[in-house]
Amino acid sequence: MILDLVPIWTAILAVSVFMYVLLDGFDLGVGILFPFAPDDKARDTMMASVAPVWDGNETWLVMGGVGMLTAFPVAFAIIFPALYFPVLAMLLGLIFRGVAFEFRPTAVTSRAKWDRAFCWGSLVATYAQGCILGKFVLGFETTGRQYAGSTWDWLHPFVLAVGVGLVFGYVLLGATWLVMKTEGSLQQWARAKARLALIGVLAFIVMVSVWTPLLHERIAERWFSWPNIAWFSPVPVVTTLLALWAWRSLARGSDAAPFFAAMGLFLVSYLGLAISLFPYIVPHSITLWEAATAPEGQAFLLIGTLFLIPVIFMYLGWSYWVFRGKVRADAGYH
Amino acid sequence: MDPLLLSRAQFAFLIAFHFFLPAFTIGLASYIAVLEGLYLWTRRAACLRISAFWIRIFAVSFGMGVVSGIVMPFQFGTNWSRYSEQTAAIVGPLMGYEGLTAFFLEAAFLGVLLFGRKLVPPWAHFASAVIVALGTLFSAFWILAANSWMQTPAGFEFVDGRFVPTDWLAVIFSPSFPYRFTHTVVAVYLTTAFTVIGVAAWYLRHGRHVEESRIMIAMGFLLASVLVPAQAVIGDFHGVNTLHHQPAKLAAIEGIWESGHGQPAILLALPDETLEKNHAEIGIPKLASLYLTHDWNGYVKGLKDFPREERPPVAITFFAFRIMIAMWLVMLGLTVWAWLLHARRRLFTSGAFLRAATYSIPVGYIAVTAGWFTTEVGRQPWVVYGHLRTADAITPFLTGTDVAISLFFYVVVYAAIFGAGFYYLLRLVQRGMPEELPEPGPERRPARPLSAATR
Repeated sequence: MILDLVPIWTAILAVSVFMYVLLDGFDLGVGILFPFAPDDKARDTMMASVAPVWDGNETWLVMGGVGMLTAFPVAFAIIFPALYFPVLAMLLGLIFRGVAFEFRPTAVTSRAKWDRAFCWGSLVATYAQGCILGKFVLGFETTGRQYAGSTWDWLHPFVLAVGVGLVFGYVLLGATWLVMKTEGSLQQWARAKARLALIGVLAFIVMVSVWTPLLHERIAERWFSWPNIAWFSPVPVVTTLLALWAWRSLARGSDAAPFFAAMGLFLVSYLGLAISLFPYIVPHSITLWEAATAPEGQAFLLIGTLFLIPVIFMYLGWSYWVFRGKVRADAGYH
Repeated sequence: MDPLLLSRAQFAFLIAFHFFLPAFTIGLASYIAVLEGLYLWTRRAACLRISAFWIRIFAVSFGMGVVSGIVMPFQFGTNWSRYSEQTAAIVGPLMGYEGLTAFFLEAAFLGVLLFGRKLVPPWAHFASAVIVALGTLFSAFWILAANSWMQTPAGFEFVDGRFVPTDWLAVIFSPSFPYRFTHTVVAVYLTTAFTVIGVAAWYLRHGRHVEESRIMIAMGFLLASVLVPAQAVIGDFHGVNTLHHQPAKLAAIEGIWESGHGQPAILLALPDETLEKNHAEIGIPKLASLYLTHDWNGYVKGLKDFPREERPPVAITFFAFRIMIAMWLVMLGLTVWAWLLHARRRLFTSGAFLRAATYSIPVGYIAVTAGWFTTEVGRQPWVVYGHLRTADAITPFLTGTDVAISLFFYVVVYAAIFGAGFYYLLRLVQRGMPEELPEPGPERRPARPLSAATR
């Protein structure tokens, strides 16, 4: 008997995507907030707070993509072509965002241009990721193991709305990150922005929670049939508690608590999605098991992954530790 | 519009631009690690200044390499979905290991290398430089393993239209891998060496950073003196390997149409794919047989013995190879010239030489790009040599318009980003080296007075 590796790969893929969303989420959120910052010194500080870590954070995106290719190639070959243009927009956005980190400190006259590239790149990448998420929930039309739609099927009100929701989500992560990493007037400003973003996030969580079961009867049944409704009832309760914690910790002036509350909100939303979509990797037609590759390929990478991921967490943790505490505007190159 | 041709153009465009950056940063990461090590060992301030200078340039180049590199795996998904689906069990894990062993390593320690000099002890900063350099080499290892497997596939069986690995060692160390890996790493080291030499020569001509520039030129030519000749030997081995495993590619590289014994080395010609012959051919009799089979009368198969639909585009393969060789000759010429000048103690003062060295900065980049085109175009019409045709690898429902739109945006964005990046790199070079030495990190205070003296 061959060990069923699909659950392990599902977990690895889920963790990679979630790590990406959390970590690059706050980078991108800081990017979106960039032009609204009170002054140029604040912008320097904001950028310095993410400059040492953005590259590692973005690496989770590659791991998510490659993990899906390795473990679920059928899904990879349907989802990415179907999302041809959102993926294109995301990549181009990430390019502008990424080079802005390096070009902005070197630029003299065109500094403002790279400020804009940083903000628009972050915004476009975030919105595109939101559309990718929205289309994922909406589902892909398939016949057999092939995609049966076109490259423009993602244009749907639900998809476009989820894009806006994710922008609020990343801004919440970015603003609470800044609350944690900065002090003084910039921190005050970030608190105010975090509160606005929190309201937006909660509105979109409610909207998606209502709209998703309306889109798909199967999802409605998953949540509202007995005994599932009892099992899953903690999800909205925990969401409410986390929202309250985020709001009150912002009001109380805590440093780190709002960021953790925001991450908690992302976690419960992510779990909510998993509950809605499981066991599909190509919603709502191809399951994780149907899309899985030959176990020979999965097993080889799995061995390395299980050994290396703990090591990676250790040294990534160390690099965050080196840059711990509050950042200062002049903490750039030296 | 043909989505296949456009997708190929898009992939070639994206990878060619991406490759400029690792071609520079792999070597530069190792160079920075060496400089940081030299500084720790000798405490010579010039080493630290050179290192700090190149770290800034490394940061800009590496950032551009990261953003243009992230695009690549997504190309497999968006434009080459059938390739992805069929090769996933092999290519997926190889790219996965690249991420696990290289990208995270580089990313985590790059932050410390760039911004952490004041925050960590000097040894930890040096260790970070070494780890970043190792990361870039690991990355080259895995991505060239994947590429070599596509060139000379091994260690798999074909089940239900998919490649299934049966022997991972055979997959990773496929027949062309050892040659391709060595050849590529030497090529990118040379690219960096001639970039460093060229920048230092420019400084010397302008009378700036004299001490540092002399160190850079000396280090660059010491490396080149070993690697330029070595590359000829490695290249020869690589060619013989191609003859065995990809004879059609080799015939296109050499421009040989007729099979036979005692084949000439064709220096220049205009290959004509319709008439199946060369125009204006200049060659040296029997030489190709000698270096390919190590026998004056050795047998080499010509292109005519391959069906037309299994031949690569001859002209591109043929000329790209010759451009690469020409660049190698320039590097060889500069290296010999440098030694001649050194013997007369004029290495750092000869204006003509320094000018030539500065103008030669592009040779490495041209050589690696031409070499890449030789090997990739020479692999056509296959994407997995002998098993999967490029035409059968593309995403089935993609339209020409879709790809035209994405290609247009990529070209516009890359023109802007790479244009700006190149401009900023030039500005960093113009700005020159930091006047003040970077402050060292928080070394632990010696517990006893003596330990400071004995360290």
